[in-house]
Amino acid sequence: MPVDSFMWLPRSLAAMYQGLTLEKEEAPWTFLAKPIEQCRFALLTTAGLYLKGQDPPFDLERERREPLWGDPTYRIITRNVRQEDIGAAHLHVNTEDLLQDMNTALPIQRFLELEEAGEIGSLAPSHYSFMGFQGFPANTAPWRDQYGPEVARRMKDEGVDAALLTPV
Amino acid sequence: MLARVIEAAGISTVLVSMMPYWSEPFGVPRTLGVEFPFVHPLGHAGDRQEQMKVIREALRVLRDAREPRTVEHLPDKWSGDHEEWYRRWQPPELPPIIAWLREQQRKQAEERREGEGSKP
Repeated sequence: MPVDSFMWLPRSLAAMYQGLTLEKEEAPWTFLAKPIEQCRFALLTTAGLYLKGQDPPFDLERERREPLWGDPTYRIITRNVRQEDIGAAHLHVNTEDLLQDMNTALPIQRFLELEEAGEIGSLAPSHYSFMGFQGFPANTAPWRDQYGPEVARRMKDEGVDAALLTPV
Repeated sequence: MLARVIEAAGISTVLVSMMPYWSEPFGVPRTLGVEFPFVHPLGHAGDRQEQMKVIREALRVLRDAREPRTVEHLPDKWSGDHEEWYRRWQPPELPPIIAWLREQQRKQAEERREGEGSKP
């Protein structure tokens, strides 16, 4: 049975989304080149995660001043990250569970376990967090034109074969 | 958007999404839909077994999908009271955009009332 995409949304938001006319976008495709057990994986989320004491959080102060804007940048989360190093900056969700267990949305420890068990080839050194609110109406041009390509280049440089994406 | 950019760069992607509704029109290569509250695409915090189950299912979609816009749906339901989790994923303070939109609606309603009040 299909997932109900609207069951957790406030009714007014659900109604607004369901009323939108969607234009079909192009669909790129890269066949999985290797068995999963040989693939190097990278992880990417939009949970607004960052490394405390090392990177600045996403710019929530600017979003509070300019409610129609959302921070398009990303943060790199390394594979050896500890839970206590993780910060979360996101004004549209409750980040408590992410600060308790990042694997809720960025499953680095889970993938390290898969790597140890040989279920995947390896976990890449770098993983990525964006922050999901991109303005109203949403402006994903910076993701398309700058930050997405930067992340893809870094993934390629690190020999990544496949990526798991987990928007929140 | 990000899935499309990364896929176009030659890296196969799979998305775990609470809103698979968007996947087909937006050209997402591969999606595993999950009927979980926002913030929790992979399951409950601290529930390693649930997280691994969702991840392994996503990897299966990655492996088995044969064409773009593939969407599969995890049949598992969220364990926990719906009302509680409906509130729990939402932020403690009203997002600035929601406050802004409500202010715009308030102003428009006020202008309409003033307009009606000034009619002869």
